[in-house]
Amino acid sequence: MHELSIAMNVAELAREHSRLHGDGRVSAVTLRIGRLSCVHEDSLRYSFELVTEGTPLAAARLRIIEVPIRIWCPTCEAERELPGIQRLACPECGHLSGEIRAGRELDLESIELAPETTP
Amino acid sequence: MTQPRILEVRTRILKKNDELAREMRREFESLGLLVVNLVSSPGTGKTAFLKETLSRLLARGIPAAAVVGDLETDNDARRLAASGVPVRQIMTHGLCHLEAEMVRAHLADWNLADFHYLFIENVGNLVCPTSWDLGESVRLALLSVTEGEDKPLKYPGLFNTADIAAITKIDLAEACEFDRETALANIDAVRPGMQVLETSVKTGAGIEEWLASLATRRAMLTP
Ligand SMILES: Nc1nc2c(ncn2[C@@H]2O[C@H](COP(=O)(O)OP(=O)(O)OP(=O)(O)O)[C@@H](O)[C@H]2O)c(=O)[nH]1
Ligand SMILES: [Mg+2]
Ligand SMILES: [Zn+2]
Repeated sequence: MHELSIAMNVAELAREHSRLHGDGRVSAVTLRIGRLSCVHEDSLRYSFELVTEGTPLAAARLRIIEVPIRIWCPTCEAERELPGIQRLACPECGHLSGEIRAGRELDLESIELAPETTP
Repeated sequence: MTQPRILEVRTRILKKNDELAREMRREFESLGLLVVNLVSSPGTGKTAFLKETLSRLLARGIPAAAVVGDLETDNDARRLAASGVPVRQIMTHGLCHLEAEMVRAHLADWNLADFHYLFIENVGNLVCPTSWDLGESVRLALLSVTEGEDKPLKYPGLFNTADIAAITKIDLAEACEFDRETALANIDAVRPGMQVLETSVKTGAGIEEWLASLATRRAMLTP
């Protein structure tokens, strides 16, 4: 359950950034998670709920953008998106390539601050 | 009605760990200390491999130290300490991986400049340690012949972050009907071009090759 540590880091960063911007209520948190990053989405959602319970982030929705793997194929001289994660091979020509251009992301993309509720 | 405001943050979730690890690596490398992070499933043979490595280094007068991550016990540290080198245990109390801060805290009052190598045995797990940089210069992923050839395909994330792979318990290959070609192809599929060692602590296979690889990598550190 390393997702718990990840969720704690997300919550901490989200709080930090919301405080820097007027301490508004965070209504959503968006993450970019690469398919090579070994994060289990359900565990992460569950962990996020757990660590935000009873905090100002409790109502925040978690949005997860899954990022597919992209490699550079030196044979085709092109960047290629891979359909899976088990072979880092160019889907066009089969060349194996370790030059990973995307898919390792474990990023906090953005946070959404709820509109001020003025009476 | 005002609209919700979107703040673009665009930062690594593990930024704190990444920054600390980067700082640690800079310090290690400036001291000429090669740090190795060993990752594998439980029981692959990390401690056995490390013990063999440490005793050979010790026999040659090459100074090394080790820290060992484990969920609850200090058995591994005691096994390693028997080889006569400085060893410390990190008990994670249930946490499935080591983090940079835990390693840093366990290095306090060691004079790191005294060592050529520092080995970190991670918690036995092929998923969780993947994203935590410990400040290592080399990540070694181990896989035993008893685990099946498709391990790299099941855990591509971890194998993909490794710098070297070691197939352990090669002395048992025949008994396990280990398919060497498939295993090598699978490792290559998830980490093309990675150096692969075929090792056994029973026969000593591959250990000298490993030590030679360590020496080469250490020589490449900035002086
Ligand atoms: N035949 C054979 N057995 C080995 C070899 N290396 C390790 N073993 C055995 O495999 C078992 C597990 O080895 P460990 O070194 O404790 O494995 P580990 O990866 O440190 O395990 P955890 O710390 O629990 O994750 C022990 O019984 C070792 O004796 C080897 O090269 N050949
Ligand atoms: Mg061990
Ligand atoms: Zn191609």
